[in-house]
Amino acid sequence: MADNIRFTLNDKTVEVSGVTPMTTLLDWLRDHRGLRGTKEGCAEGDCGACTVVLERDGRRDAINSCIVLMGQVDGQSVRTVEGLRGAEGGPHPVQTAMAEADATQCGFCTPGFVMSAVAYAGSGGAADPDTIHDALAGNLCRCTGYRPIVEAMTRIAGLAVEPPPASVLPPRTKSVAFDGAFFAPRSLDELLALRAAHPEALLLSGGTDLGLLASRARTPPKQVIHLRHVPELTAISTTSDRISLGAAATYGDVAPALIEAFPALRPYLSRLGSRQIRNMGTIGGNIGTASPIGDMPPVLLALEASLTLVSKRGTREILLDEFFLDYRKTALAPGEIIQAISMPRLWEGETFHCDKVSKRRDQDISTVAGAYRVRIRNGRIEDARLAFGGMAATPRRARAAEAALLKDGFAAAMAAVATDFKPVDDWRGSAAYRLQVAANLLRRLELRIADPGRVLEVETL
Amino acid sequence: MKAAVHTAQRHDSALKHVTGQALYIDDMPEPPGTLHGALVLSTIACGRLVKTDFAAASAMPGVVAVLGPQDIPGRNDVAAIGQNEPLFAADRIEFAGQTLAMVVAETLDAARAAAEKVVVEIEAEEPILDIATALARKAYVQAPSTVLRGDPGAAMASAPHRLEAAFSVGGQEHFYLEGQIAFALPGEDGDITVHSSTQHPTEVQHICARLLGCDFNRVTAVVRRLGGGFGGKESNASWVAAAAAVAANHTGRPVKLRLPREVDMMATGKRHGFDYRYTVGFDDEGRVLALDAVLAADAGWSLDLTPGVVARALTHTDNAYWIPHFRAVGYACRTNKQSNTAFRGFGGPQGVVIMEDALDRIAFHLGRDPVEIRALNFYAEGKDETPYGQKIDENHLLRCWAEVKTGGEVERRRAEIDAFNAANPVLKRGLGLFPLKFGISFNLPHMNQAGALVHVYTDGSIRLNHGGTEMGQGLFIKIAQIVAEVFKVDIDRIRASATSTAEVPNTSPTAASTGTDLNGWAAWEAANTIRQRMVAYAAGHFGVAEADIEFADGNVGIAKPGSNQVLSFGELARLCWLGRVSLSSTGYYKTPKIHWDPVAMRGRPFFYFSFGAAMAEVAIDTLTGESRVLRADLVQDCGESLNPAIDLGQIEGAFVQGQGWLTCEELWWDAKGRLRTAGPSTYKIPGSRDVPPVFNVKLLDNAPSREATIFRSKAVGEPPLMLATAVWTALKDAIGAVGNGKVAVRLDAPATPERVLAAVERVRREARTALPST
Repeated sequence: MADNIRFTLNDKTVEVSGVTPMTTLLDWLRDHRGLRGTKEGCAEGDCGACTVVLERDGRRDAINSCIVLMGQVDGQSVRTVEGLRGAEGGPHPVQTAMAEADATQCGFCTPGFVMSAVAYAGSGGAADPDTIHDALAGNLCRCTGYRPIVEAMTRIAGLAVEPPPASVLPPRTKSVAFDGAFFAPRSLDELLALRAAHPEALLLSGGTDLGLLASRARTPPKQVIHLRHVPELTAISTTSDRISLGAAATYGDVAPALIEAFPALRPYLSRLGSRQIRNMGTIGGNIGTASPIGDMPPVLLALEASLTLVSKRGTREILLDEFFLDYRKTALAPGEIIQAISMPRLWEGETFHCDKVSKRRDQDISTVAGAYRVRIRNGRIEDARLAFGGMAATPRRARAAEAALLKDGFAAAMAAVATDFKPVDDWRGSAAYRLQVAANLLRRLELRIADPGRVLEVETL
Repeated sequence: MKAAVHTAQRHDSALKHVTGQALYIDDMPEPPGTLHGALVLSTIACGRLVKTDFAAASAMPGVVAVLGPQDIPGRNDVAAIGQNEPLFAADRIEFAGQTLAMVVAETLDAARAAAEKVVVEIEAEEPILDIATALARKAYVQAPSTVLRGDPGAAMASAPHRLEAAFSVGGQEHFYLEGQIAFALPGEDGDITVHSSTQHPTEVQHICARLLGCDFNRVTAVVRRLGGGFGGKESNASWVAAAAAVAANHTGRPVKLRLPREVDMMATGKRHGFDYRYTVGFDDEGRVLALDAVLAADAGWSLDLTPGVVARALTHTDNAYWIPHFRAVGYACRTNKQSNTAFRGFGGPQGVVIMEDALDRIAFHLGRDPVEIRALNFYAEGKDETPYGQKIDENHLLRCWAEVKTGGEVERRRAEIDAFNAANPVLKRGLGLFPLKFGISFNLPHMNQAGALVHVYTDGSIRLNHGGTEMGQGLFIKIAQIVAEVFKVDIDRIRASATSTAEVPNTSPTAASTGTDLNGWAAWEAANTIRQRMVAYAAGHFGVAEADIEFADGNVGIAKPGSNQVLSFGELARLCWLGRVSLSSTGYYKTPKIHWDPVAMRGRPFFYFSFGAAMAEVAIDTLTGESRVLRADLVQDCGESLNPAIDLGQIEGAFVQGQGWLTCEELWWDAKGRLRTAGPSTYKIPGSRDVPPVFNVKLLDNAPSREATIFRSKAVGEPPLMLATAVWTALKDAIGAVGNGKVAVRLDAPATPERVLAAVERVRREARTALPST
C-alpha cells in the first residue's frame, strides 16, 4: 500500500513522487518543481526568505518552507509567490504595494516578505505598528532598513481579500505512511501502536526544531511519526479553573486561551520565534525537546503545569517540575508521548508575570527567560513560583529564591539566585550576566507588583 | 519623458523582485550534467595540516571528484592584493573555517555528505584570537601606518587639558541574504564562463585565470544581480568563483558552488573589529588641540583588503573636526580568525567613532554640552585641511547640523529626556548627535576608473552595459536614467545587460560608494559619443547647423527655417545606419584631481566629501541592559540626487545596518577560535521592530556637488551607515544618566544588553565613589 503525498499547490492538486517524504518543501519547490521564486537564505527558519503560505481553515498562515518536510504538506494547500495574482491577472495588490513603496532593493528576501504580507493582509491585520511587526518578525531584510516594507504593509492593511479557496482534497480519514518512513496516524490508538512498533522513529510535531536536520544538517531523520493529525493531541479545552492544551496544538492555536488566562503572555508569545514558527511549532514540541532555552517551559513551570503522558500501557499525569531530568533528558518512558499540557488558572490573589531577555526583541532565543506566579494576600507574599530558562541545563525553578522571597522579601530572593543557578558562558551571554539579569528580573517583578501601572520595559515606551 | 535624472524612479527590477521572477544565480536553469560543490573546512584555528585523505569521500555515491591543492592547475592563491592566501590549505592552518578541499558530486546532498567523509589531520597550535595578544606579539599583516600632522607630542604637553581613553568596536557579518555562489560553465578550448555573485567581476576573472593557469581572455565573469553584497562579495566572491572554475575545468562539466549559510559565515571575512587608545589635548573652551590615537584592526589571518580598510580608518579619524596636531597610527593585527574584508564604510565607521568618544569626554570634563563642543570643532574657513593634506573646499557640516537640530527639536527633547530620567530610576533615555564627513573615491587612485558600452539599434532601442554590478543599490536604474537623459528618450527604451568582463574589461569593484560616480560618467561618455555622431550626421543630412538639432521626449527636432521637422529617435537611428554611422561606443572615465602617497599617507585621496548629520534617541533598561532606538533624524548630502527614491532607500538601509553593527550584531568566537554565531539563529541583524518608530530622513536640498560629478550628484552607498554612530552616542548619554552626569561612560560596541548593563554597573560603582561634581 504505497501512499503518495497529495496536496494543493497554487490551486492545483499535485501528487508527489520521486522524492522522499523527508525532502523539505523548499527543496521540492525549487529543485523538483522548478519554482525558484522561493529562496533559501539560511535553511534554519530564521530569515524568512523561504516563506510560503498555508491556506487552512479559511486562514492564510505564513510558514518557513525550508524546515517543513514534504510529508507534513500532505493534504495541505500551499501558495508560493508564483501563485499570486491580482483580480485582473497582473501582480497581486500586495506585490504592487511592495514595489510602489520602494520596498525592494536586492530583492532576495522579497518573495518571503511578500508571502508574509499576503498572510497579514489575508488575515485582516490592523495597520498598527505592533501588528505589522508581529507579521514581519520572521523575515530579515539587509538592504532597505524595513521602513518602506512597513509602509507597504500599512497600505495593504485595509485590502479586501477573499478568503482562501477551500481545499478540494478530501481529508484523509485513515493513517498513511509515506515510503514506509513517514507515518501520519489519524487517531491516538494508531499513534500509540506506531510508537510501540517504531521506537526509533522521531516524533514530528511542527518540525521547527526537527526540520533543521533535513534543511541545515542535511541528515533527515530515517523515520518519523507525525503527530499533527491526531485529534486527541490537538484539542484545546478550558474550564473555569483549568486550561488544557493538546501537545500538538500550535502556538498560534493555543495563544488565545493562554493570553485570555494570563495576559502577561501577550507580549511574551509575540517574541516566541516568529509568526512562521508559531504557525508550525507546538507547545508539546517545546517541552519534548527539553531545551534549556525553550521559551514555554519557564512559563509552564511557574504556572504549575502538569503533563498527560500516554502510552499503550495507559495514561499518567506528571508535574512539569518532575519532567526535566537533565540536559535534553526527560521523564518520558519508552513508548510514551506527551498528549496534553494543563495548568490551573490564577487563583484569587495570584499574579503572573514573565520576561524574556535576548539580543534582539523578535525571533531570538532567550539569554534568560523568567516567569513568576506570586500569591499575595493582605500585602504579604504567601506563595511564589519563580522559574527560569537559560540558567541551567534544564528550565528550572529557583527554589532558593522562592524560599528567600517568602521569608525575607525580594532583596533576599535576588541574592539567592546565585545559589540556585550555575549558568554557562556562551554567545548569548556570560554566566555573570545571566545571574545578574535573573536577579534583576526579580527586582522588576517587585516593581511591577508594587506599582502595576508603571512602565518598566523599553518596548512599552 | 519618463525617468530623467533627478527624479524618483523605482528600482528597475522591483516588479520582478516582488513576483519572484528576478533570477539569482541559484535560480538559473542548470544545463544537464551540472555538478554541485561542497567545501571541507578546518575546525581548528591554528596549526599544521598533516594530511588529508579523500578515499572515503571519493567512494561516496554520486561523487565525481574531490579536489585539494594538488588539483589546482595554476597558482593556489586567491589573494586580492597580497599573496599566499591559498584556496585550499596546503600546509598552514590559519583559522577555523579555512577551506581545505572541495567535493564535486551529482547532487548537492551527495557533495555535502561526502564532504563530511574527508579525513583531515591537523597538528593544532595555540591560536591568536584577539587584538591585544596580536599587538603584544607584534603579529601584523602589514607594517603599521601613520597619518601625522604637526607636533602632537609637544601640542599635547602644552595643552591645558588632556584626557586618555580606550574602547573597542566589534566586527560585523555582512549577512547578504543570498549567500556566496558561483556557477562555472566550461566552454571550448578550456574557456570558462563564471556566473558569480560578485561585486568585482574583473577580480573573479583574474583569480579564476590565476588558479587555472590561463590567460585572462579565457575567463568570462558574468553578473546580472547580487542578493546583497555590502563589501562581502568584493574579494570573497573571487575564491568561491575560482573554486567552481577549477572544478568545472577539472571535470569538464558545469559546477555550481553555493555556500550554505553556516559555511559562508565560517569561511568568509567580515568587518574589522578595532581596539582604540587615544590621548586628546584641548583648551578651556573645548577646542581640540591635539589627538594622538592608536587604531588596532583585527585583520584576521591574512592581508585581504586590510590595507585599504586601515587607510580609510586613519583618513576618517578626523571625521568632521579640525585637529591641528594629529597622529593616528594604524595596526593591522594578525589573528587566527576569518580574514576580515570590505564592509560598507570600509574602515570609515571604525575611524569616525574616535572623535565622537573624545568629544563626549571633553564635554563631560568641562561640564559643557557635547552638541556645542562638536560644532565648536567643526572644519571651517581657515581650518579646512585634513591631517593627510586634503583641503576641504566644500563644507556642508553646519547646514546638516542645523537642519538635524531644528528638525529634531534638540532643546525641547533634551529637557524632556532629562525630566524623564530624573523621574525614572529603571529606564533611562539618551540623545546623541553625530556629524559626518566622508571621503569619496577609492583610496588607491588607479582604481578610480570605469568603462561602459552603449549600443543604439536601428529601432531606437538602446542596450547599456557598464562595469558596475547591481546588488540592490539601484545602480542600473541610475545609469539608465543618465543614458536616457543624454538621448532624451524614455527609460523603457534602455535595456541594461548583465555586467560582463567580455563587454567592459578591466573594471574596478562596485565598492567605495563609487558605482554611479564612475560608471555613470563612463556611460554618459559612451552615450554622448553616439549622440554627437547622430547630431553631426543629421546636421549634414538635413543641411542645418548642429545647434539646430534638438533631442527631446524621444524625438529629434530639426529646426529649419520654414520647415521644422521632427523624427522619432528610432527614425534618426535608422537614418544614421543607412548613412553608415557607428551607433555603438565605449565610454571611459577616470576621476580627476586625486593622488595619494601611501607611504607618507598624504595627498588628495578623495575627489570630494559627502556630509551628513544624525540625531538619535534611545532608551535603556538599567536592570537588563536592553535598549531600543526610539527616534532618528537624519540629513544626508547626496549632492543633486540622481534618484531621490533610491537614495532614500540607501540612507535608511545603511543607517539600520550601522545600528545593527553598534548594537545587536555580535560575533562570538569560543576559546578555540571557532565562530559560534554562524547563522541567523545566533547572529542577530536588526528586524523590522528595531527600526526607530520615528525615523525622519532628509536629503540635503539645494546642494549640487561643487566638483564635476555626474549631474552634480554624490555617492550615497556608505556615508549614511556612519550616521548610526548617533545611536552609540545616545546610548552613552542614557548610561551616563545613571550616574547623574558624574562619571564618563565607556561603552564598547556592539552595545548588546550585556555590554550596556556592564557600562551601567560601572557608572553606578564609579558614581558612588566620585567626588561631588563641581
